[in-house]
This record gives sequence, structure tokens and C-alpha cells, in this order.
Amino acid sequence: MPAEALEGGFAAPAKEAARGFRQVMEAMARPGRIAELGGASPPAPLSVAAGTVLLLLCDGDTPLHLAGEADCPEVRAWVSFHCGAPLAAAADCAFAVGTWEALAPLGRYRAGTADYPDRSATLIAELPRLAAEGTRLSGPGIAGEAWLSLPETEAFRANAARFPLGLDFLFTSGTRLAALPRSTRVG
Amino acid sequence: MTDAAYNFAYLDEQTKRMIRRAILKALAIPGCQVPFASREMPMPYGWGTGGVQLSAAVLVPEDRFKVIDQGADDTTNAVSIRKFFERTAGVATTTRTADATVIQTRHRIPETPLAEGQILVYQVPIPEPLRFLEPRETETRRMHALGDYGLMHVKLYEDIARHGHVSAAYAYPVMVEGRYVMDPSPIPKFDNPKLSGCPAIQLFGAGREQRIHALPPYTNVVSLDFEDHPFEASKPEHPCALCGATESYLDEVITDDRGTRMFVCSDTDFCTSRRDAALEAAQ
Repeated sequence: MPAEALEGGFAAPAKEAARGFRQVMEAMARPGRIAELGGASPPAPLSVAAGTVLLLLCDGDTPLHLAGEADCPEVRAWVSFHCGAPLAAAADCAFAVGTWEALAPLGRYRAGTADYPDRSATLIAELPRLAAEGTRLSGPGIAGEAWLSLPETEAFRANAARFPLGLDFLFTSGTRLAALPRSTRVG
Repeated sequence: MTDAAYNFAYLDEQTKRMIRRAILKALAIPGCQVPFASREMPMPYGWGTGGVQLSAAVLVPEDRFKVIDQGADDTTNAVSIRKFFERTAGVATTTRTADATVIQTRHRIPETPLAEGQILVYQVPIPEPLRFLEPRETETRRMHALGDYGLMHVKLYEDIARHGHVSAAYAYPVMVEGRYVMDPSPIPKFDNPKLSGCPAIQLFGAGREQRIHALPPYTNVVSLDFEDHPFEASKPEHPCALCGATESYLDEVITDDRGTRMFVCSDTDFCTSRRDAALEAAQ
């Protein structure tokens, strides 16, 4: 294992994880709201926010799918040292990380079962930019309406139509984070 | 004073990650009961182990933490849970609803309206609203999957046929975003309207039953009723004997052994704030 893989974790794991999770929870509870998330220094091509989400949520219990360029030796070594998450194919993962293009097609991921809709994948999509503009969002967590620069609309509309089944999305860009749960109506 | 022997907020990091993942899924599917691997806590089941685990998973060092039990800050359960997190997380605590960032509650929603940035953590004994109608978990799971809530409506109908009204005064079932029927924990039905459109995040934890459910802010929550028997948030028809409030939920307190009783606010912070304000105005 290269020595760089040992770097880039939390300096004070319990407290940084607590603060980081609050940002992720606020983002998931208020779709479209953009939060600042930092603490981890993952290897390229992962963003700071995406790496921090992995540290916050992934461990030996969560199969992780590295999509596209995220599936490189540096990221594999970093993830196995800091999270210990088993790497898995898209169909078996609890979390997946990569660019929006690399994560597609969405039909590959687990969308939960009718009895247990929570047994679905969470996708961490790396976007070149993230801003509160573009596609209109409404639903639980949103007072009236919110706006988010989604990479496309149709896939999220189809995902929301399957509610209560479906995927949940975390969008990361640099140190910025936003979320789109399946309950959000898009467009 | 923090007990350095414990990890921040008592639980180990892997347990917190497991609870945090369940919280995110619960927020993504409002009203759906998400299983989690509830841990043994240093208090018995029924004393708020579900709520304590949720609080441990969401607390940050900068939080101001409030705990209420039936609205009161000064009962055994509330005091011991507040002390628990003072010791293991080193967080500041408060009894003022408006000053708190995380509020753990047993069976009440504070009278003071909650705001964005606040988190309300409920202690839940039985999260399944259909449990007393259908004891099998496999069956209730399937009923939620199919949105088959006929049994619940029959129960409400039989209540009306027998008593003239729905007999549930607490743990009154609600419909979340038109999809999941949810038990709001044993809050009085007086509190039900506060569930809907609340700016704060509401998390529900059942330790023994190993379930977490959640309401994101501004979620639409409707108490189940019938067109000709609409839901009514009721309370004792008295003003508070201490502060005179007419809009707050009241506890009935027996004051001697000859049946003398008084009605006082169940929310102690609300009641003392009103009395302090009245005292200041009088001076």
C-alpha cells in the first residue's frame, strides 16, 4: 500500500464526523440546499466533499462501487485503509461514487424492495459545478420550491415516480454538497 | 465535565455510522420505518434508548441540548439523559426551547414553535401504528408496502360506532405525504397539527423495536379522520392554574387526598417563561 493512502483522513474522527454528518443530514432533509463539507483529503479524482462523505458513511458493512475514473489504484487503496468498505459491482453496492456520466445507467443499482424500500443504493455524483439554480424541486423538506443545477431531469423524474422505491443522491463539487432524495418531485 | 474514557457522545464510530445511514434513508422515505441495529444503552428499554441513540448520532460539540419528558425538563428521565450527554459529549444544555439546537422528547412537542436548524428527537415505544391490529411484523410490513390501511380505518370507524368519536387521545395515527401511515409516538393528539409543515427536522427512534423513522422539514402530515368526523386537537377545557395560558396542553395534578385538582401547563419551559414575563411586566 502506498504511503499516501494513509493520509487524508479526519484529524479528530469523532467530532469531525459528527459535524460532517450534520451537514449531510441537513442536505438530505432539505433537498436543494447547498452545504459546505470538508475534513478529508482523498486522492484524485475524488472531491473533498465526496471523500468526506465516504469517511462519514462507509465502512465494512457498506459495499462500495467506484464508477469510471474513481476506480483507480489510489482511490482503492485510500478507501480500503480509511473505510474498509468492500468494493462491489453496481448491482450489489450500498454506495456508489463517480461522475454523473460514469454512474449511469441508474437501472443497475438496488432501488429497495416493497417491504424494505430503505435497502437501496445511495449515489454520490461528482458534478463540475453545483448551484441553487436550474431544475425546480418540490416535496418534503422544501418550503414551496427549491432549485438545483441537476445534470439532467428525466432520470430523477423517473426515480421519484417509483417512490417509495428508488435511489437517493448526494451531489458533490469541490467542498460543496447537496442532496436529492427519492421523495423530491423534480421539474 | 466530560468522561474522557468514552468516545464522543458515548457510542463508537461504527455504530454511529450505522445509525446515521438509517437516518438518511428515513429522511428520504418520510414515515417509513427503517430498521437499525439498536445497541444496549446504559439505561433500560422504555427509558428512551432509541432517542438517546439518535441524539448520540446527531449531536455535535457545539450543540445546546434540551430533554423533556411529558413536556417537563425536571423529571427523572429528562434529567438523567441530559446529564448523560453532558458527561459523554460535553455539550451545553438548556431548558429553553428557543435556545436549544437538539431537543430530545418523550411524548410532547414543545409549545414554542420550532425553527430551522433545530432537531426534535422523539423517544418511541412502539413505532408500528398497525401493531395492535395485526401482531405479525411480516404482515404489517406488507400492509405498508401495499398502502393497505383498511384495517386502520375500520378501527377508527368502530371507535366512532361505539363511542361516538375516535377514542385515541394520544399516539393518534397520521398519514405522511399521502403514502405512509405513521405512529407519531405517544404525543397527545393536541400536538398532531404541529407535526405538519414543521421547519425543524423530526427524528423518531424506537430502541427496543429497532426502528427509526423521520419527518423532513415542511412535510405534509395529516391526522386520519372521516369527512363527517373530522380530526379535532383536543385539550382539557381549563386555563393553566399557574400561568393562565389557554392555548397550551395541560396536565391534571391531584393536590390532596380529597380529590382537589389543578390543571397546569405540561410544557414547563413555556409555563415558567410566561410567569417570568408576567412578573417582569408587573414590576
